[in-house]
Amino acid sequence: MAAGEFTTSMVLAVLPEIGLVALAAVLLVVDLIWRGNTRRYFGWLTTAGLAVIMLLAVLFARPAVEGALVWGGMLRFDSAGFVFRMIFLAAAALTALYTAVTDSVRLHGEFYALLLVSTLGMSLMASASDLIMLFLAIETTSIPLYVLAGFILRDQKSVEAGIKYLLFGAMASAILLYGFSLIYGLTGTTQLYNLGAAFQAGAVPAVLIAAVIGLVLVGFGFKVSAVPFHFWAPDVYQGAPTPVAGFLSTASKAAGFAALMRVMAVAFPEQSALWSTMIAVLATLSMLVGNYLALAQKSLKRLLAYSSIAHAGYILIGVAAGSEFGWLSSTYYLMAYLVTNLAAFGLVAWVERNTGSDDLSAFAGLSRRAPALGLVMIVAMLSLGGIPPFAGFFGKLLVFASAIEKGMVWLVLVGIFNAIIGLYYYLMVLKTIYVNEPSDTAKLPKAAVAWRVALTICVVGILVLGFWFGPFYSYAQSAAASIWIY
Amino acid sequence: MIPLSWYLIAAAALFCIGLFGVLSRKNAVSILMSVELMLNAVNINLLAFWHYHTQLQGAGQITPQVFVAMVFIVAAAEVAVGLALIISAYRRRETPVVDEMTLLKG
Repeated sequence: MAAGEFTTSMVLAVLPEIGLVALAAVLLVVDLIWRGNTRRYFGWLTTAGLAVIMLLAVLFARPAVEGALVWGGMLRFDSAGFVFRMIFLAAAALTALYTAVTDSVRLHGEFYALLLVSTLGMSLMASASDLIMLFLAIETTSIPLYVLAGFILRDQKSVEAGIKYLLFGAMASAILLYGFSLIYGLTGTTQLYNLGAAFQAGAVPAVLIAAVIGLVLVGFGFKVSAVPFHFWAPDVYQGAPTPVAGFLSTASKAAGFAALMRVMAVAFPEQSALWSTMIAVLATLSMLVGNYLALAQKSLKRLLAYSSIAHAGYILIGVAAGSEFGWLSSTYYLMAYLVTNLAAFGLVAWVERNTGSDDLSAFAGLSRRAPALGLVMIVAMLSLGGIPPFAGFFGKLLVFASAIEKGMVWLVLVGIFNAIIGLYYYLMVLKTIYVNEPSDTAKLPKAAVAWRVALTICVVGILVLGFWFGPFYSYAQSAAASIWIY
Repeated sequence: MIPLSWYLIAAAALFCIGLFGVLSRKNAVSILMSVELMLNAVNINLLAFWHYHTQLQGAGQITPQVFVAMVFIVAAAEVAVGLALIISAYRRRETPVVDEMTLLKG
């Protein structure tokens, strides 16, 4: 399609994005109108709106098999964009339900508007096919997230988390941008799909390409919280409002991976041996550092933060494989991680709300104070640890298989070794919940409806992704294929 | 005529100064200013390359100029959010120094 030509299919390609902008605007207006008790329903309104957007996207905005560049080459309308967009919308909807019972933020309409704008940015990140669009999408994602992390102004921890996230994020995006400026300089184009050919021509020295890949990896390494660019993650997850931490660890990470996979596959296909090695090193470091530091944590939120760094490592194994199957496995892992980690963070949010603490000791004897929650925690922790038949197991199985297929056996051995360490601290959490004596034996109050709905969806998701493998596998497959075949 | 490489060296130097500032400064406002230096290095790079490619191809490209404008806008938005957060921390603690922000650690 020639640039400048305008068709209705272009509008359909960004239908979910238009929906997100409209919904954010509606929330800001409603924020001015609603008074008193009705303000409690912001979370429900957001979730309902997101469900409608997802439905519309499935009905009207399904991409063609081969994919196409739209909006003058700024976006690529393909399955990868579609599948990841669904992941982000689902994560945002679940986060909105969790925040509907988080006292510090639930009465603020602008909180939900910012959440939606951030989701909009992620959705564009997954389909951006031009460096300018990609940069803009990354910042549209990040800037609202800085505000969300520091949203509770009365809570000094939250503000501190916001500042730390912003300072690290601004630095990482400046480094990424410097890489982008060099890419433009070396090739004379910002269109992602022309870069592969430009780098292939051999006119560019290999050292410069390596440097550019390094700079780009720093930027994306920050977004997916891979070691050694992970320093922000534990502090931000601990200080930010808990549902926001869940959103950061799932949707924001998935967006980083979506963009990383597209850039690497499309712009640097000739240098795959080089970036594959670099990513394998990042994966190894992330798994080792994340898991070892998680062992020593007393706060469950920090533990989940380090576990999230380790999971970034597992997902990077799939990326390091550098094949269509590798991309497939990473996408599947991200889906599994989404439901699993949102369940874990949702539970932490509820216990934190009722006991005022996210320390492991606050979870002691939870199985006696709230039996159902203990059961949910078993499902979430075993899925994180990669035990069949839960979702996390198939994610791990697929990423390891993709690395084996490429002959990276050492990487798989590191991964398996780390999965065992990970299992240790996940089981320690379960031991705290089931074996340790609670300091306070009173039952926890009955959970709010919104929260129970969200947690049920997460648990069902964990089981479905574990048992009913087929459809989600084929979604991941179509996403991976659409990145590789163009 | 100043050759392209001079601009690139100047931009690289500016970028390194900015990066050094981010990593070594303790004051949150100084860190934000250092990030601005890094972003300006990117802008110099983009405009120098734009001039170079325009001469090379004989026709003006519009995309790098758009890119530079985007970088400006995003930098402004980032600073606005950053200063707001720093002010709200300063009101409670009377300090903009990140080393003293130690509520979160472990």
